[in-house]
Amino acid sequence: MNDTKTMPASKGNRRPYVSPRSRLPIAVPKQRNRSGLQLTRWIGLGLFSFWLLVAMFGPLLAPYPMGAFVSDQIYGGASTAHLLGTDYMGRDMLSRMLTGARYTVGLALVAALLSSLVGAGFGMLTVLLPRWLEESVRRIFDTLISIPSKMMALVMVSAFGTSIPLLILAAVLSYAPGSFRIAHSLAKNLSTLEYVQVAHTRGEGRLYIAAVEIFPNMIQPVLTDMGMRFVFIVLLLSGMSFLGLGVQPPAADLGSLVRENIGGLSQGALAVIAPALAIGSLTVGANLLIDSLSNSRDSQKE
Amino acid sequence: MRDSLFGLVLGRLASSLITLLLVSLVIFAITSLLPGDTAQQVLGQFATPEQVEALRAQLGLNQPPLLRYWQWLSGFATGDLGRSASNGVDVIQLVNDRLPNSLLLTAITTVISVPVALIMGIAAAMRRGGILDRTLNLITLSMVAVPEFLVATLAVLIFAVQLGWLPALSYVSTVDSLGAFMKVYAMPVLTLCSVLIAQMARMTRAALIDQLDSAYVEMARLKGVPPMRRVLRHALPNAVGPIANAVALSLSYLLGGVIIVETIFNYPGIASLMVDAVSNRDLALVQACAMIFCGAYLLLVMLADLCAILSNPRLRNR
Repeated sequence: MNDTKTMPASKGNRRPYVSPRSRLPIAVPKQRNRSGLQLTRWIGLGLFSFWLLVAMFGPLLAPYPMGAFVSDQIYGGASTAHLLGTDYMGRDMLSRMLTGARYTVGLALVAALLSSLVGAGFGMLTVLLPRWLEESVRRIFDTLISIPSKMMALVMVSAFGTSIPLLILAAVLSYAPGSFRIAHSLAKNLSTLEYVQVAHTRGEGRLYIAAVEIFPNMIQPVLTDMGMRFVFIVLLLSGMSFLGLGVQPPAADLGSLVRENIGGLSQGALAVIAPALAIGSLTVGANLLIDSLSNSRDSQKE
Repeated sequence: MRDSLFGLVLGRLASSLITLLLVSLVIFAITSLLPGDTAQQVLGQFATPEQVEALRAQLGLNQPPLLRYWQWLSGFATGDLGRSASNGVDVIQLVNDRLPNSLLLTAITTVISVPVALIMGIAAAMRRGGILDRTLNLITLSMVAVPEFLVATLAVLIFAVQLGWLPALSYVSTVDSLGAFMKVYAMPVLTLCSVLIAQMARMTRAALIDQLDSAYVEMARLKGVPPMRRVLRHALPNAVGPIANAVALSLSYLLGGVIIVETIFNYPGIASLMVDAVSNRDLALVQACAMIFCGAYLLLVMLADLCAILSNPRLRNR
């Protein structure tokens, strides 16, 4: 198997398979204390499922409507009426965050799913295509991967203005190429294996081979990769919202909430710290979970 | 075999140039899909259609897209990047004013983070599976996923609000002594470093462990070479290439990081210039900034690949 780390340098004229951030969780120690591994997995699983539940049911639990002005005090601290204080216009922070989390998690899930579908789909199918077509698809993805994700998003927003479909499109254009590279190299390796050759000789069609012979054997790495894309997309989209170029009012994701309330930072307002911590706990949780899952898979293999 | 090495390097350079060309095509295509937008924007929404048409002709927006692409591209060679739509200043001048600030910020960050990350990565690899390694692993694994604005807001909260040591915003113009310099740069650099170090340390560790797992290190161990010497004399020299590769790749993260950091600290660099340009939909300025960022990114990735090519003993020693 040819993964990112062991790729021979003679192939160095090609770009590394994935962006540096996405390479990280792959680097795993071989011998690791089981209990340590279990601990990070449980922390990761706990944080990640917490945010999933919040995204699903949060808005139902919100004590106030998201846009309602409920307090005279701006940047209010935690109180029994407002558990996470109030924002720069006297709105209830807890309610706003419960709704904002749905945007953050939901948008990133959709974008990560689409990136993986597009990337893995092309990665698998190009293996079966004629060589020139395979090369041209690769060239396109190689070009797209050379544009840092924030640049792609900024350039697209400057041309078309920001909107939710555009943000998702920008995320997919930035992250599908990485997915493509991984899926492509996996599929390429699988396609040389004997049982796939046998299927060829049997006279099976290309789609059959892709769906039945190749795909089931690459589900796990593709899913792990999708988890990593999810983390990067959360970071990208909340970064764009933080710059004021992402989700626009009256809607707000967690990144927009940080931006709106940044004026309260000099007073140490909860309204700016809470959403920033929320994003951090979501991405850290997801990253810990993915890392421990890919670790345990590696140790099973050995 | 010198020839083949030379050929590889040359091939890598050529492929970078081609990629840069394709990237410029993508950027130009995205920002030029809406013809007339620039003219409309300069004149405002109350302009008559005739005025807009006249300005479009004057700006050359009526010409075929490929010709405009060529003119835009050759503008980079002559330094004529067009005019900012929002304030009418030449783009090249705006860029010249801001670029040195950004380069200084990233240079300071690099100088601080590279040694720290290397030491952390090497220490973790040497104590693999130990307490130090596991602690560092947990910290770095968490840090790489933390958004920059969380680090930045926490830093402001602690150092500016609670302790009152540092100003919350950066002002480069007020720098007149070393103390003032450090006060201005402390928090932006700290924010950039925290994620960068975590990332670089992980990749360094992985690169060194790759070597430590190889047969010749096993041989050295069986021969009775002590652990310290095994790492420093046997494994490390062979890991220099992969580590340099990891450092260059990690540095490309800075390009995304500065965008957030310059904005949050009001730092007058090229990234905050670009964010303003995007908000104002000042396309000429956006195009120029995007090309600078993508060019820098490709340069770092190319350097990373060259480190890998040049350090490969199979190519070097033949």
